[in-house]
Amino acid sequence: MKPKIVYGMAGCLFAGLAQGAAGDLLSGYRSAGAGVFSPEAGAAAWVQEYPSAGGAGRSCAGCHGSDPRQPGRHIETGKPIEPMARSVNPDRLTDPAKVEKWFRRNCRWTLGRECTPQEKGDFYQFLISQ
Amino acid sequence: MKKTVILIVTGILAIAFIGTVLSASERGEREDEEYSENTYAPDIFGYGPPRSVWPGPRADVRPVADATYANECGACHFAYQPGLLSAQAWSRIMDTLSVHYGDDASLEAPQAEAIRRYLLDNAADRASESRSRAFAAGPAAGNALPRITATNYFRREHYEIPARFVEGNKEVRSFSNCQACHRTAETGVYNEHLVMIPGVGRWDD
Repeated sequence: MKPKIVYGMAGCLFAGLAQGAAGDLLSGYRSAGAGVFSPEAGAAAWVQEYPSAGGAGRSCAGCHGSDPRQPGRHIETGKPIEPMARSVNPDRLTDPAKVEKWFRRNCRWTLGRECTPQEKGDFYQFLISQ
Repeated sequence: MKKTVILIVTGILAIAFIGTVLSASERGEREDEEYSENTYAPDIFGYGPPRSVWPGPRADVRPVADATYANECGACHFAYQPGLLSAQAWSRIMDTLSVHYGDDASLEAPQAEAIRRYLLDNAADRASESRSRAFAAGPAAGNALPRITATNYFRREHYEIPARFVEGNKEVRSFSNCQACHRTAETGVYNEHLVMIPGVGRWDD
């Protein structure tokens, strides 16, 4: 088989798998009561500052940066964080268990509560559109 | 007579040297094969003979050998080797993951269990490496969460370092950031002769 065809098939397969995982996540959020997902709402929530007990505002952008295509830094430890944008890192947001784990931790820390399925879906659509 | 003595002395020294290179007596209870990989630092100099020939610094603490721990607990910060805290301290940390030094590090129960078991089995008080055991001596904290940087041994080893090299250094920021200066920290080698403080240089005293 010609290499181009093989690469094309591999690409389609990967995209298909990613879609499959996406399908699991998004349909999970929809069945939990979410409506139409909006990348714009996700973008706005990404930079929104939430109050914290210590006084300093917390936001997703605080660690991940306001541009998901750029690498971030953990705000406390300084550890580099790979870009969240699907265009930079194709395997971002493809593992539902990993997505849920980080949503649970990071929403609780940033927002002070779990993210609603609507918010999660909005974040998801925002990040894969970047 | 003199030549013979010199020959004998040289012979003994040569045997002793070969002995230290090949000996396993300081490596604790572990098998030679299991441990030999960890006794040599990675090639950070880029020159000189291959590292497997020369005796390199030995691992002061056993490197992280558990993939789950490395992935989960190395995601936000340096994956501290279990040999850097006592079993009691690790237990305390695993009990309070949702308030993990100001962050939320909660895990699913099966993963948390596996990690807890790994940490407790390889904690400082059970280590075979003497420098690792040193971390278990004395408390790691009062009522607060245990900190490696609060152990007696750590404080003794780092008390001479000026604050401007650490807290005042943008690329280090905290003593908790081991690998910023201890470039071979991931291999468990914390040898002071391999320390390179970013923006400052080597630390040798």
